Amino acid sequence: MTSATAAPGSPRPRSARGPLGRVGDVLLVPVLALVSALVLGGIVIVFSDPDALHDWGRFFSDPAGALSSSWHAANDAYRALWSSSLGSTAALSRTLAETTPLLFAGLSVALAFRAGLFNIGAAGQLMVGATVAAYVGFHWDLPRAVHLPAALVAGALGGAAWGGIAGLLKARTGAHEVITTIMLNYVALRLLDYALSTEAFRRPGRNDPISPPMRESARLPTFDLGGLRVGLGLVLAVAAALGVWWLLQRSTVGFGLRAVGANPDAARYAGLPVGGAYLLAMALAGALAGLAGSTNLLGRSSYSLTGGYFQFIGFDAIALALLGRTHPIGVVGASLLFGVLRAGSTGMQSQTSTPVDIIVVIQALIIAFVAAPALVRAIYRIRTRDTGGTQRFTSGWGA
Amino acid sequence: MATTVRPGADDAPTGAAPGAAPGALTSARARGFGVATVLLGLVALVAFGLGSAAGVDSRFVFSPRGEAVVDLSVPARGGALVLSALLLALGAHLVVRRSTARTYGLFGLALVLFLAALLVWATRDASMSVFGLASGTMRRAVPLALGACAGVLCERAGVVNIAIEGMLLAGAFTGAVVGSAAGNVWLGLVGGAAAGAVLGLFLATMSIRYKVDQVIGGTVVNIAALGLTSFLAARVLVDSPDLNRPGSFRPFSVPGLVEIPVLGPLLFRNTIYVYLMFGLVALLTWALFRTRWGLRLRAVGEHPRAADTVGIRVLATRYRAVTLGGLVAGAAGTYFTLDATGGFDEGMTAGRGFIALAALIFGRWHPAGALAAALVFGFSEELQDRLALLDTPLPSQVLLMTPYVVTIVVVAGLIGRARPPAADGKPYELG
Repeated sequence: MTSATAAPGSPRPRSARGPLGRVGDVLLVPVLALVSALVLGGIVIVFSDPDALHDWGRFFSDPAGALSSSWHAANDAYRALWSSSLGSTAALSRTLAETTPLLFAGLSVALAFRAGLFNIGAAGQLMVGATVAAYVGFHWDLPRAVHLPAALVAGALGGAAWGGIAGLLKARTGAHEVITTIMLNYVALRLLDYALSTEAFRRPGRNDPISPPMRESARLPTFDLGGLRVGLGLVLAVAAALGVWWLLQRSTVGFGLRAVGANPDAARYAGLPVGGAYLLAMALAGALAGLAGSTNLLGRSSYSLTGGYFQFIGFDAIALALLGRTHPIGVVGASLLFGVLRAGSTGMQSQTSTPVDIIVVIQALIIAFVAAPALVRAIYRIRTRDTGGTQRFTSGWGA
Repeated sequence: MATTVRPGADDAPTGAAPGAAPGALTSARARGFGVATVLLGLVALVAFGLGSAAGVDSRFVFSPRGEAVVDLSVPARGGALVLSALLLALGAHLVVRRSTARTYGLFGLALVLFLAALLVWATRDASMSVFGLASGTMRRAVPLALGACAGVLCERAGVVNIAIEGMLLAGAFTGAVVGSAAGNVWLGLVGGAAAGAVLGLFLATMSIRYKVDQVIGGTVVNIAALGLTSFLAARVLVDSPDLNRPGSFRPFSVPGLVEIPVLGPLLFRNTIYVYLMFGLVALLTWALFRTRWGLRLRAVGEHPRAADTVGIRVLATRYRAVTLGGLVAGAAGTYFTLDATGGFDEGMTAGRGFIALAALIFGRWHPAGALAAALVFGFSEELQDRLALLDTPLPSQVLLMTPYVVTIVVVAGLIGRARPPAADGKPYELG
């Protein structure tokens, strides 16, 4: 009765290929979504720029002036974005560093989506994981070969536990994960604040909420490739992406998760443990989010845990999962894109005083366009015989 | 299309008896509530009863400041002990008895007793204004209840709306800016409502016309609202602070009714928002369940195919319901900037839109239920604030968690029983 829904990631039927071939088809909508989002973002930048606005006020006496200052406003902003994200090896290194936590977080949400769960709790899971990893990182004294893995595992376990709470609640009581994960985010935020206020987490000599720095033996090494600095965290993130792909596409457990995600009732009828699948999916998603925080904590220059650590990453993670069509490799690409946006936004703010929040707007637009392929097609008049409806990621309330 | 039996309701992911819906009240579960009550009683006994020093009193003030004092003093330790004993007795009764009648009501009573014991303990050797507690509860419940009403409108028509948070934020921002620019708080209210309506229309278009998954669409609205308001606040409001100085609504009294001792000033001397909250809940209840418009709206949310067959315009009804819901949510958002302190802060709604959603579910998608739930959540927020002022050994961050933990407990404990509109969340295909 409802529209045909293509399960996320399923191959398109051959007869419905567009003129650009299969790769083109898959890429066309996201690319156009990105372009549209950037254009709309540019418009927002223009209309909040004082100079451009001033010139628009005199549009009828000097239309060219209005248009040219608009163009300059948007162009300068985006140029600054480009140069501070891709313009040099230093910028690229920054971009890659920004990408790492995004990739983990995006995988977290994507994996949950595959099991039919909407994991908005990536931020909270990240915080709990980072807190646990931080404790192991600055408090324990172990040889490097053991310390670093221990800290990472601790981070993953912390996040898994936090995600598992939401999964367990969904499995046992049917409580919708949208609400429970969002509430758990806020609880995690307070927990982090509380932890940072205790003696155990206080940095000697400081009163503000910041943990002691991670010990040398727990830090992630960085590799220097001719000026380009690549952290081990990024390598781990890419490995995680491959691992998630393997899990979903090549393992029995992953098949179970996908089956539950596609149709929980059918899966239940087939004897699959739906509750267990929810629990596992949320635990794994939480572990990935926990690693997002841990790798950042152990791999970035400040090596310390602060209040509100990555508390806003949740929405980015959702955008990444959607943009990557919940496919791990797609999430890698999307994370790189967002890494560029992130790394570039600080430069954009310092050079053209465009507030970084414009990135949030652009991200929202990207999600909007990606989640509504029909919208993009309508805008660009793309004809396609593919009747694949929209992707239904979640159903209503209740189990 | 399932009507009385929800899909999957006949299997039991919990250990409940086979054939029981998840969350149904088996005698095992009822006994569980009894055990929980006994535990609460023990906590109250040890922490509150024995934890209070003897010889000090807890004083509760029921009248507003500046009026004739109506208060009640109880000995801290004695009061807490009595309440603990009551809790233990109630718990024992729940465990031992055969029937499961009124279990939820009795457990609610247990919670009230526990709260009373907590208050008696926290207020030892100090004074607490119960009036302030009640008044603060009502005020904090306003965005939650109004937001939940907005949710009722949308979801009863079959559209899941998790964008209440974004609509609140947009309403708060627009209300502040319009109120400052026009120098008139009423215009600010209208502006905020309009902003919410725009977002509602956007959500409606995304979910109805483009059949975007409604949860995704709602998230997009939330992200866009957060990003845009933060961006504009940082860009525009910093440069022109005059645009962020709306006035505020003054409280006004209902003549006559305000003279009633204690209850009068509590209920009848408030800003327009509290009256709006009660009024809208009443209006919405009447409209949804006693008018043709309401019947059609609910039909669209329960069984759109049948409604369509009868001639009801399903899509148009949904558009209107969601836009109207957005309007209510936007107006609710102006509470943040036009009621108490003026001025917009980035992200100032702090998740209250989601708590409103929980209130909606807790209230079984009924405006009056949502109001009750909103009051409960408002109370937990207000209580946490007041406990932080009193000298309690609990760290402030833990207290700040309370509303959120309460929400989780509520959603997890009651969701199995609450049935959303049957077609909630499913896009409708014409023809």
